[in-house]
Amino acid sequence: MAVFPFLVVAWIVVVGLYGLITSRDLIHQIVCLIVVQSSTYVLLLGVGYVTGGVAPYFYDIGRHALAVDPVVQALALTDVVVEAAVTALLLSLAVQAHKKFGTLDPHDLAEFKG
Amino acid sequence: MTPKLRLWLFAIGAAGLVACYLWAFGGLPGFGNYPGPYGPEILKDAIPQTNATGIVSAVNFDYRGFDTVGEEFILFTAAAGMSVVLRRLRGERQQEQDHSPADEVMHRNVAPTSSALRVAALVLVGPTALIGWWLATHAQTNPSGGFQGGVILASAFMLVYLSGESIAFRRLSPVDLLDVAEAMGAGGFAAVGLAAVAQGLPFLYNYLPLGGSPGAVSSSGTIALISFLVGIEVAAAFILITGELLEQTLLRGGGRGGRQKEGSG
Repeated sequence: MAVFPFLVVAWIVVVGLYGLITSRDLIHQIVCLIVVQSSTYVLLLGVGYVTGGVAPYFYDIGRHALAVDPVVQALALTDVVVEAAVTALLLSLAVQAHKKFGTLDPHDLAEFKG
Repeated sequence: MTPKLRLWLFAIGAAGLVACYLWAFGGLPGFGNYPGPYGPEILKDAIPQTNATGIVSAVNFDYRGFDTVGEEFILFTAAAGMSVVLRRLRGERQQEQDHSPADEVMHRNVAPTSSALRVAALVLVGPTALIGWWLATHAQTNPSGGFQGGVILASAFMLVYLSGESIAFRRLSPVDLLDVAEAMGAGGFAAVGLAAVAQGLPFLYNYLPLGGSPGAVSSSGTIALISFLVGIEVAAAFILITGELLEQTLLRGGGRGGRQKEGSG
């Protein structure tokens, strides 16, 4: 069980990459990229987990309760924000590609130059 | 390159990637045995130092505040980049009606927004805005913060759009006002940090009074203030980003898009 979360991480990366290279639609490809990136959340939270630890919020529990690492959780938050920004930009590029070439299929788009 | 060859190349690469991954993971501390010195140190010191009971927010807006400035400007830049990429192209003009020209050309019969959706969406606007506001202003105590609160605050505006009131949505969220709010949120964060420098303290030093007791809304000094500013910036950025994408469905003409796509598929 000790390695199970990390196996999940590897699985999410590879399954997302598989989607990326087999996809025939730019929007679907962007979703696949989100899948690849979401593996990092599992990795960060998995690395910071402490057996028996609670979430690092001490509003209504003792100040010295065993808690999981708050630093990686903050990093996961950064990760989510960056993903939202990247997704927004990629989606707008997909909108423009469709406007210009009338297709969202990357195989067809490869035939257009410029 | 044929799709089949590509798939074979991927299989080889993926196998190598997985092997490297597993090798690397073998060197990680086992799940649940995190030994890092940084996390436990912050858990020990954060409450006495900042009076914040939300340690993730304390890390985000105080200990790692400098990184979060950068993070916020990533979002700021993305919203600006989208406005540039999705600028009105030559020959495009906006429709007055509320349905998309693509639907019209394909003779799709688009049902009008049902009363059930309209009522449900409008009923949810108030509570959603309240939850967003609450999250953005309680980073110091509970699992919340400006980023989460801002996104939920933005979705209150999306509900107005969802209820079929795209005109009301545009009137509620004028782009000029959003630009100002976004700039003030992002600039305010940097200004809070620079105010510390002006006092001869390190950038983003927590110089405000920390309040009486940990867990009070008024506690934690700059953490609460920065979280609130981030909430405004994120809400404005997300309304701008979604607004830009929604507007695209109401554009007509220009480009060669969609309409002349006969029989391809």
